[in-house]
Amino acid sequence: MDRIPILKMGRALLVTIQVDMHDRLAMALEEDLTTKIVATGARGVLIDISSLEIVDSFIGRMLDNIASVARVLDADTVVVGMRPAVAITLVELGLELTGIKTALNVEKGMDMIRARLDETEAADGGGNED
Amino acid sequence: MAVATKTETVPIRQSEDVVRVRQQVRARAVEIGLSLVDQTKVVTAASELARNTLEYGGGGEMILEVLLDGMRKGLRLCFADQGPGIADLELALKDGYTTGTGLGLGLSGAKRLSSEFDIQSKPGEGTRVTIVRWNR
Amino acid sequence: MTSSEATALSDLLHQHEREILSDWHGRLVQAGAAQGGRISESELLTQCRNLLAAFADALGKGSVDANTPAFAGVRDLLSDIGRSRATQGFSPTETALFVFSLKQPLADRLNGAHGGDASKAARDALAASALLDQLGLFVMEVYQKSREEVIIRQQQEIAELSTPVVQLWQGILALPLIGTLDSARTQVVMENLLQSIVDVEAEIAIIDITGVPTVDTLVAQHLLKTVAAARLMGADCIISGIRPQIAQTMVHLGVELNVVSKATLADAFRLALQRTGRTVSRLASAPARA
Repeated sequence: MDRIPILKMGRALLVTIQVDMHDRLAMALEEDLTTKIVATGARGVLIDISSLEIVDSFIGRMLDNIASVARVLDADTVVVGMRPAVAITLVELGLELTGIKTALNVEKGMDMIRARLDETEAADGGGNED
Repeated sequence: MAVATKTETVPIRQSEDVVRVRQQVRARAVEIGLSLVDQTKVVTAASELARNTLEYGGGGEMILEVLLDGMRKGLRLCFADQGPGIADLELALKDGYTTGTGLGLGLSGAKRLSSEFDIQSKPGEGTRVTIVRWNR
Repeated sequence: MTSSEATALSDLLHQHEREILSDWHGRLVQAGAAQGGRISESELLTQCRNLLAAFADALGKGSVDANTPAFAGVRDLLSDIGRSRATQGFSPTETALFVFSLKQPLADRLNGAHGGDASKAARDALAASALLDQLGLFVMEVYQKSREEVIIRQQQEIAELSTPVVQLWQGILALPLIGTLDSARTQVVMENLLQSIVDVEAEIAIIDITGVPTVDTLVAQHLLKTVAAARLMGADCIISGIRPQIAQTMVHLGVELNVVSKATLADAFRLALQRTGRTVSRLASAPARA
């Protein structure tokens, strides 16, 4: 069974969802991400959904789960690239996706994660080097 | 008076079938000239209802019809299962709206995404959900 | 008219085809059908010829009712003609006349054909006239529906044209809404805004409603849904230009704006600049005029 590849980008992990997700694939992704966040000490998770033409409540729950697990492991989740038609439909559907930050693309998503890390590190009194 | 043409049946027995449902609905939606947003709405509604059929209805089928009504065209999708049925329809349609989980969101969400919505369900008698999306 | 009389009429039409055609076409040209360059005389002649042939064929099948399958070919032709007349800007009268002006040429041939039996000629002419009435009404229905489609399409184009999305600065879009917003127009406009956000990678979209006289619940809902959708995509919205009356209406309607709103577009722009890490500062000395 194919698993969705997870790339390391600086202090974040990048996941690009391009296929129609079904249950096993979604569960595998959640497992793999959890493992990798711990293994790499990643502080951010970027989920690129710019290829998705449909986001239903199943995908919404998956995104929520990933964000919740990531938060417990001290990582921020940013969902990027949502298409206008998908956004309009999600609003109509009533899916709130609370607890998930969003950005227009991977670049802006990374900026967001970096900004948050800088903030927290400044608050902690000095940051670690990359 | 709406006339139904082109009827197709898609069995919903496993999670891969939900993907097939999406693909079929998308293809017909493009054929009848739905705008991109309306396509997305009807495919998403179909995805929700197909999942419900699978997860709560124990499997079933979708019957897809293309409707012609004078100048406008529409898609009518009927999701039927022989599952346990829904005891409290009112609650099911209301429930899940805010929590975003379970059966409720699928039903109330599909209703909001469609031009027309109908549900027939009784405990022990299975469930039939029918939605219509018109292109105008 | 019986079906055998119909076939007799069909034979008559085939016999006198050229004269009927020339008479019919002549009348149309005289009435100015080929004027204005919308359709050439020869194109018109071809349409007449095809219709006459189809009409004769249908009669030849023994039918005198325009709604029967025998007349399907005639109806198809008239559908094409009705649609093209509508899109080419012909008037309703011109379109109807296309069919109705066949009546006289037919009646003239019928007078001559029954060798003096005036009452038979009159009965046949009446029956043929009733048939042409049906067909004339049919072409008018098609024409009317086509005009409606043109209007709907034009309305959509107007909606899209009259609300351009403007880029105020890098990453900052403005959507100045003007005029009354109805539900359909608002939806089109909002979809355009969301697409523009993707196209220019805008972080902030300012929706200015200074030019909107009234906002009802439906429109307010559309606005809020658009704001929510933009947020899901990763952009923020600011609404500006809410006039006192609109503010009051919204409060009375119970619409809650959970989005930042500013009184003027200028205020919204200033906020947007701030949010995107920019500021406007005055130069120490004004640049010299060229």
